[in-house]
Amino acid sequence: MMKASSGFFRSISIAMAALAASTLLTGCERPPIDTVQHGFRGTGMVQVYNPRILVPETYKNVVPDALPAVPSDGPRAKDVYKNVQVLGDVSTAEFTRLMVAISQWVAPKEQCAYCHAPGEDFSSDSMYTKVVARRMIQMTQAINSRWTAHVSQTGVTCYTCHRGNANPEEVWFRSPQHPQATRALGNDAGQNKASPNVGLSSLPYDALRDYLSSNPKEIRANGATALPTGNRASIKQAEFTYSLMMHMSDGLGVNCTYCHNTQNFAKWEGAPPQRVTAWHGIRMARDINATYIEPLTSAFPTARLGPVGDVAKVNCATCHQGAYKPLYGVSMLRDYPQLGRVTGATGATGQAAAAKPGMLGRVLFDTGRSDLSAAAKAEIDKAVKAAMADASVKIALSGFTDRTGNPQANLDLARNRAVAVRDALTAAGVPAARIDMRKPEFVVGGADANSRRVDLVAAR
Amino acid sequence: MSYYQNIFTQIQPTGPVSHGVPLGKGNSPRTGEPLVVHLLGRIGNAQIGPIYLGGLGLASLMCGLLAFWIIGFNMLASVGWDPIQFVRQLFWLALEPPPPSYGLSLPPLNDGGWWMMAGFFLTVSLLLWWARMYTRARALGMGTHVAWAFAAAIWLYLVLGFIRPLLMGSWGEAVPFGIFPHLDWTAAFSLRYGNLFYNPFHALSIAFLYGSALLFAMHGATILAVTRFGGEREIEQIVDRGTASERAALFWRWTMGFNATMESIHRWAWWFAVLCPLTGGIGILLTGTVVDNWYLWAVKHGVAPMYPAVFPAVVDPATLIQGVK
Repeated sequence: MMKASSGFFRSISIAMAALAASTLLTGCERPPIDTVQHGFRGTGMVQVYNPRILVPETYKNVVPDALPAVPSDGPRAKDVYKNVQVLGDVSTAEFTRLMVAISQWVAPKEQCAYCHAPGEDFSSDSMYTKVVARRMIQMTQAINSRWTAHVSQTGVTCYTCHRGNANPEEVWFRSPQHPQATRALGNDAGQNKASPNVGLSSLPYDALRDYLSSNPKEIRANGATALPTGNRASIKQAEFTYSLMMHMSDGLGVNCTYCHNTQNFAKWEGAPPQRVTAWHGIRMARDINATYIEPLTSAFPTARLGPVGDVAKVNCATCHQGAYKPLYGVSMLRDYPQLGRVTGATGATGQAAAAKPGMLGRVLFDTGRSDLSAAAKAEIDKAVKAAMADASVKIALSGFTDRTGNPQANLDLARNRAVAVRDALTAAGVPAARIDMRKPEFVVGGADANSRRVDLVAAR
Repeated sequence: MSYYQNIFTQIQPTGPVSHGVPLGKGNSPRTGEPLVVHLLGRIGNAQIGPIYLGGLGLASLMCGLLAFWIIGFNMLASVGWDPIQFVRQLFWLALEPPPPSYGLSLPPLNDGGWWMMAGFFLTVSLLLWWARMYTRARALGMGTHVAWAFAAAIWLYLVLGFIRPLLMGSWGEAVPFGIFPHLDWTAAFSLRYGNLFYNPFHALSIAFLYGSALLFAMHGATILAVTRFGGEREIEQIVDRGTASERAALFWRWTMGFNATMESIHRWAWWFAVLCPLTGGIGILLTGTVVDNWYLWAVKHGVAPMYPAVFPAVVDPATLIQGVK
């Protein structure tokens, strides 16, 4: 009897073990899982991929064919059309081509009618969509020219976010206060629900408001010293930071070690260079939300606003859409260079390296070089003449570099550039006592040519 | 004679059910008529009950249930009193401690006050349950080893939810009541304090945790393996070694050169289990109060290794670019 029943109980126990195992595994990703090492061996610096999930993603990130190129000469758009505020200096052919491209990227169904009211003149601003679209073109130009630290030369176009949708699929709104927060019990303290904002974790679900909007809060929670020396960041603050990081990880389809080393997340030394790009990306998202998107709130109809009346804002996923680089790094901007530079009167925003008062000259250099070109020598001669006119003026020299390359080497490069200019000044007869070598507070700038420079400033 | 080669207990001696030894003055009567459940006999003892409730047990259960209800009803309210959503989202739901801005002051009920109340009743419940374990062991004339092992776990609980928040000056430092939320809290705790991996007491705690599992497996396997020689009479064999003890000892000396004895293996196991929360509690207590960044602490004391550079060097952009942080 014991034998018969033990067989029965054995099969029951196997069935129960199988049931328990399958229950535990439903929350997991089905294999195969690939890991790719990208740091030093044995340190856990790996990226985790699931090819089964990744393959369909690649189809979502195919770039549409560019429209046939058109001549950039001929009449300007502003001379042919009325009320062209941003793209007026573009040739009419290029302007039309860009309008067609935008309609395909943003409103493939409605086409022109999405922004231009039927029966009205093209110049009419009666539809809010046109007002928003104009500002978005300015935003795209600003991103491509001022945020090369994040978008590099790849740049962005309308398609990067829109992908054929009038409203980009990945946007975020502020969360309304939890309905139980003002009642007797059940306050969720702004966390503890499976929110897609935080990769379905139970972390604070409204953290993007603190970090990707105007008046951002401090992201860093780690102290800079081993022992307590005044860092008052709480564990709750660390949870908010964690939320932002979960969003980035989810939005880019990468794990923590894509940007961080495994010893200490706060440590920059030994971190992959992607972390620097991501750092600029956070600032870029803040800037475009605060400068371009949030000021448009009143332009949108109420139905397009979020639950607390705020406008749809961008986060990392808006462009990335689950890919480590939007559209896997294919540049559409190359085919639409009109979106790559700031054009039009209202589009001009301050350059990062604007000329300062008392400027005697600005000497530009090639990437990684500190030798003087003919143009550089001409600029120096001009400065020498200006300085020689007033004997009380000293020439202050400050060298700068762009952000490409090794940061330590960049510091040396900036100094070498300043030294090269100093030697040229001495050779031109400027006494050494009238030359003041000044190390600037911030040596490394953006990725543009203006960052590879030596500034000559009049000083007394 | 191969009955021990099975994952379930095969032998179930049955007889008149036992009410246990007579109890002296000051003890309440035991509750319930014992019954025999065959299936339970396959994983433990087939006899269920009687239960000794007593004043301490009753008070502990009441406090514990009160805490359970406070937590449960707050969770239920947080999903709009929807029982389906309560079940669906249960693993995400929590009762959160007060925001750090309240410090150690009493927060409003729905802003951490419920958490403090639940924490208070849960703590009282645990302490009463501890006293019950102690007095029940004494009533049976036993040693109090179990109560002291439980006390080690209560120490870790008190450090996390009471002592450390008190020292940090903020109830907001404490752990939320919730499944995923307390796990996220744990991860955030490590992230905030520069990676708990470099906390030596955390390391000790893990060593004792895994060590406990290893010792448990080694001991359980050894006793089962020598059951055919009478190895299950391990306590008798402390003083009167039979062939089971000798074989088990020789097996471990052959395989790893050293063996515990029938007595000392139980001391090994008890200390490993007790030291796991004891050292863990010390590690938590030092975090934030004495050490702010465990990684930098490990660098300072030459513990953290330096790895060869694989990536091009990067520096914190916040130190290079003006105006943004």
